[in-house]
Amino acid sequence: MLHIVNKSASERSSLDSCLKLASKGSAVLLIEDAVYAATKGNAAAAKIQAAQADLKIYALGPDLAARGMAGRTLDGVNVVDYGGFVDLVAEHSNCQSWL
Amino acid sequence: MSDMDMEDDGSGVVKKFMFLNRKAPHGTVYALEGLEVVLITAAFDQDVSLVFTDDGVYQLMKGIDTKGIEVKDFSKTYRALEGYDIEKLYVDRASMDARGLTEDDLIVDVTVMSDDEMKNLMAEQDVVISF
Repeated sequence: MLHIVNKSASERSSLDSCLKLASKGSAVLLIEDAVYAATKGNAAAAKIQAAQADLKIYALGPDLAARGMAGRTLDGVNVVDYGGFVDLVAEHSNCQSWL
Repeated sequence: MSDMDMEDDGSGVVKKFMFLNRKAPHGTVYALEGLEVVLITAAFDQDVSLVFTDDGVYQLMKGIDTKGIEVKDFSKTYRALEGYDIEKLYVDRASMDARGLTEDDLIVDVTVMSDDEMKNLMAEQDVVISF
């Protein structure tokens, strides 16, 4: 399954809930304000790094750039563009947006 | 009422306004709307303090490029605030630390404050408006 999270981890619990319930082998795509969680030095970074053992973590590049965060992502986080977003949706049999 | 009367009416009343910014720049419209209200307030010659805490510190990031998401990049406007005599910009240290940010990451000069300093600044305001 592809999980999509769009809210800041320092403001909402959606990333925590997602990481808790996503099963091994799933993909998590961070978009909009959720991308901050995948940046170096962020309080949520440790959670993302721990989750990478079981999950593939992606972050949307245009959302990182719009926040001045391009080039600040954690190692192992895959940055994708809108085309990559479409590919992820197409590759997975189902997806869930965490509102 | 003539223009002169209008200027005399209530002139000289300067209140301490704090604008408390706690939201990241693009995920919601709060940051942009807050900035517009700040610019309006500046026109009334009030004592304005701008505070950035929690995700609000992200509003001041350098290197913002919004072309990809096709929204307005208002981050340069923070640099223009000086021209409106808005020079009191404060950032919460703990919020910066929790996000791996330093003053060098910010587009404007700010005063970095501890929780206690922020608490005192907030207590002395006449009006606090939250965005």
